[in-house]
Amino acid sequence: MGVLSSPLAGSLVVAVGWLVVAVLGLVPTNNAFFARRIAFPLGALAGVALAAFGLQAVWLPTQALTLPLGLPDLPFHLRIDPLAGFFLMLLGSVSAGISVYSAGYFREEPSGRLALISLQYHVFLASMAFVLLADDAYLFMVAWETMALSSYFLVITDHRQPAIRSAGFLYLLIAHLGAIAILLCFGVLHGGRGDYTFDALRAAQLQPAWASVAFLLAFFGFGAKAGMLPLHAWLPEAHPAAPSPVSALMSGIMLKTAIYGMVRVIFDLIGNVRWEWGMLVLAVGAATTLFGVLYALMQHDLKRLLAYHSVENIGIILLGLGMSMVFIGFGHPAAGVLALIAALYHTLNHAVFKGLLFLGAGSILHSTGLRNLNDMGGLIRGMPRTAFYFLIGALAISALPPLNGFVSEWLTFQAALQATVIQHGVVRSLLPLFAATLALAGALTAMCFVKVYGIAFLGQPRESAHPSPLPHAGDAGAMERYGMAWLAAGCFVLGLFPTSFLLILNRVGVSLTGQGLSEQALAGSGWLWLVPTAAGQASYSPVIFLVVIAAATLLAFLLVRRFYHGRVRFAAPWDCGYPEQTSRMQDTADAFGQPIRHVFGPIYRMDRRLPGPEDTEPRYSLKVEDRHWYWLYLPVARAAEFVSSKIALLQQGRISIYLLYSFITLIALLVFVR
Amino acid sequence: MNSAPGIAFQILQSVFVVLAAPLLTGWVNQCRAWLQNRSAPSILLPYYTLAKLFHKDAVFAHDASPIFRWTPYILFGCMWLAAGIVPVLATGLPFAPAADIIALVGVFALARMFSALAAMDIGTAFGGLGARREMLIGFLAEPAMLMTLFTAAFISGSTQLTSIVDTLAHREFALYPSLAFAAVAFLMVLLAENARIPIDNPTTHLELTMVHEALILEYSARHLALIEWAIAIKLFAYMTIGIALFAPWGIADAGDWSALPYAFAALAGKLALAGAGLALIETVLAKLRLFLAPEFLSTAFLLAVLGMLTHFLVKG
Repeated sequence: MGVLSSPLAGSLVVAVGWLVVAVLGLVPTNNAFFARRIAFPLGALAGVALAAFGLQAVWLPTQALTLPLGLPDLPFHLRIDPLAGFFLMLLGSVSAGISVYSAGYFREEPSGRLALISLQYHVFLASMAFVLLADDAYLFMVAWETMALSSYFLVITDHRQPAIRSAGFLYLLIAHLGAIAILLCFGVLHGGRGDYTFDALRAAQLQPAWASVAFLLAFFGFGAKAGMLPLHAWLPEAHPAAPSPVSALMSGIMLKTAIYGMVRVIFDLIGNVRWEWGMLVLAVGAATTLFGVLYALMQHDLKRLLAYHSVENIGIILLGLGMSMVFIGFGHPAAGVLALIAALYHTLNHAVFKGLLFLGAGSILHSTGLRNLNDMGGLIRGMPRTAFYFLIGALAISALPPLNGFVSEWLTFQAALQATVIQHGVVRSLLPLFAATLALAGALTAMCFVKVYGIAFLGQPRESAHPSPLPHAGDAGAMERYGMAWLAAGCFVLGLFPTSFLLILNRVGVSLTGQGLSEQALAGSGWLWLVPTAAGQASYSPVIFLVVIAAATLLAFLLVRRFYHGRVRFAAPWDCGYPEQTSRMQDTADAFGQPIRHVFGPIYRMDRRLPGPEDTEPRYSLKVEDRHWYWLYLPVARAAEFVSSKIALLQQGRISIYLLYSFITLIALLVFVR
Repeated sequence: MNSAPGIAFQILQSVFVVLAAPLLTGWVNQCRAWLQNRSAPSILLPYYTLAKLFHKDAVFAHDASPIFRWTPYILFGCMWLAAGIVPVLATGLPFAPAADIIALVGVFALARMFSALAAMDIGTAFGGLGARREMLIGFLAEPAMLMTLFTAAFISGSTQLTSIVDTLAHREFALYPSLAFAAVAFLMVLLAENARIPIDNPTTHLELTMVHEALILEYSARHLALIEWAIAIKLFAYMTIGIALFAPWGIADAGDWSALPYAFAALAGKLALAGAGLALIETVLAKLRLFLAPEFLSTAFLLAVLGMLTHFLVKG
């Protein structure tokens, strides 16, 4: 019974339970049945339990535990505090939906492969739980690397395709660059004292210069995992390569462990946040936000598009974190906590709606085999339920009230409007401009999802794929639908009852900065009203908002019904009287992005081929590429290749040469040791 | 605040806005006809048009989805909600704290998203074209609108429209440079968001230029009537937001019945002037090419930012 009263022990049991489920999947002979009917549902149940433990931990005092595992003299330390509790809640609740979905999604996998997927999937979940629970740098790095490796194997599930192998390699490479930076950061914090527990790192008194070095290393290392600019390049490659539930896990949850790491290291371990760091985070966040959404608008592969939106949303979270650091650095913890709450709220929101959208993309892929938007169209008729859930996700990510994306953007705006408390004139005027970036990104996201939804689900089926699978597209299976419904319900709950989550996050803020939201804010907040600062200054009530808008819509409907006839005739589309229209005349995904290419042209690297007047077979082609490949990645890759080709000269393949190397090494060592 | 008179005021205002909105549209059309030396239609023409449309049989394309069918009602609901937030006749409305200026911009964005989706639903060439252009204008106008509103929010220290109006209405009359910049920016956003010249022409069906009309091309009868009505309410709401921010004098407090006739007269006068002004703008300006719209709206954005910076610099 002790387990249930202690969230730390409970979370540990869940994490170990995931490992057990993972291993058990290999044992039974009919393991496809086992994975689908037992492993994934069990994993989902464990997720729900973990969410409950996390929620409990937010309200309880911090608990710690030392495990008799690990290296001699270096045992594993575990700890659960409100911050870890919040992220465990995120991990548990979102993974529950994805696990239920996976139980339906992998129905056509051969059993051997499915057992492996189930193994890696649950190891992946368990390693993320250990990342959140870790209380020493050693366990943290072990869990962090397990997470990277298990997700790498999930990404290359279809490893027979070369493109997927290279996507996986890129992912592994950037993940390890980040891991090295994190390791170095722990090294800086540790400062040679021999104790790697977070308590010791927290107690370390760093000189300002070393603190800044530690911050930069943490920002780079965790940023690489989160997909911030310019380390985002693996995201649009790895997410489409992975099976859809895995993309949902990676985009929804794994990126968030990087946010957790950033908050843990910068706010908790380093402490004494400086506002200059905040400005750097804000600048990178703004660039990431705009870049992510502008490149998302150019994509026609649905999963790549969603991956670029993950980049964008990480940027939005960074904007909140950066603002929080600026406020705290200037000595305004109340405003800082508000910005931190906004960032963490968006972290949770993004996990929920991006998970939902990736699952929706998976159902489309499952049902039609298509990922290219230009081949889709009219799916709302064959897959009405998937279309409904996807619409909820699309509205939520577009930050439209009364769903959840709006709440976190609203909180971020409110935080930006606190800029007047800052004494530094330049910083004070810059903060609202970052808010404007957010506004622009929100509106661009809406455009992007009009494009996605309008082209995939609405309109007429496009006939560019032969034979077109669209007319026979069936809806998602029951388990897939339950998974999506769980996350869609999350969008509503997070959108309609923000105050309960505000209070949870306030606990997190108090535990990190020692201060929470103002008294007026907490006094003015009820389940109905969201009041971040004071009742007269800003308030929002999503429930009333929804009720009024629904009532007005229904009233309009009923009045029109009551007073006028309801006659409807069906006819061919009007289209200004043009009778010859075909489905090819509809907008494509690329056409929809054309105004954006026009307005933001210099941001893209475009390769456009226009047909000449004499062409007998006129073809138009357009390729939009990521500029970062050309100024950053390819030069670095070439330099690495050059260096390794020089080092390879050592490799002569003759045993006498290698013996000579050993001999020289020995001599050199003797010289040094003496 | 949540007293019975307050709620009575709230209901009165919501009904008033819905009923009076087509009158404003009629007045703008009438002014424009006079300015262009045409004989003007009756100011009540929008009401006749709505009545006519409501009585016709609705025609749907064969493949219309539920999104297409529900969008007119959702649009109407969104605009109705907006009409309830904006302090048209009185401040301190009980519903106002439920949605502040950011939520107000969100309502307009919600309406825009649904109208764009509905336009793409049938799968005609024009629908996609209209949706694309509408979203282009939307993403340019929204940040400018938010910056304008933020300027006002910084001045009054609140994002609730009623508190902003309370603050602005009760301070001494002077020329505030930040508000002057914001007012120009707001006017430009108003023109763009309401599909007015120089961004769009509400009276055209020319395929090369139309934006808004392309969105609603497939609608007929009662659905078209609801959309037209919603558009009228949107114009009314934008004009009253402008009045509330930049000329709030004379507005009543909720529950103060004695101030109501005065507030009503002041509003009528200001709207008549604003409508005539809009007609004048539409007469003297030419429509811009679509790809000049980004320049137009980024000018609006920069003006709004300038206004905000001015506020920080001179505290006015």
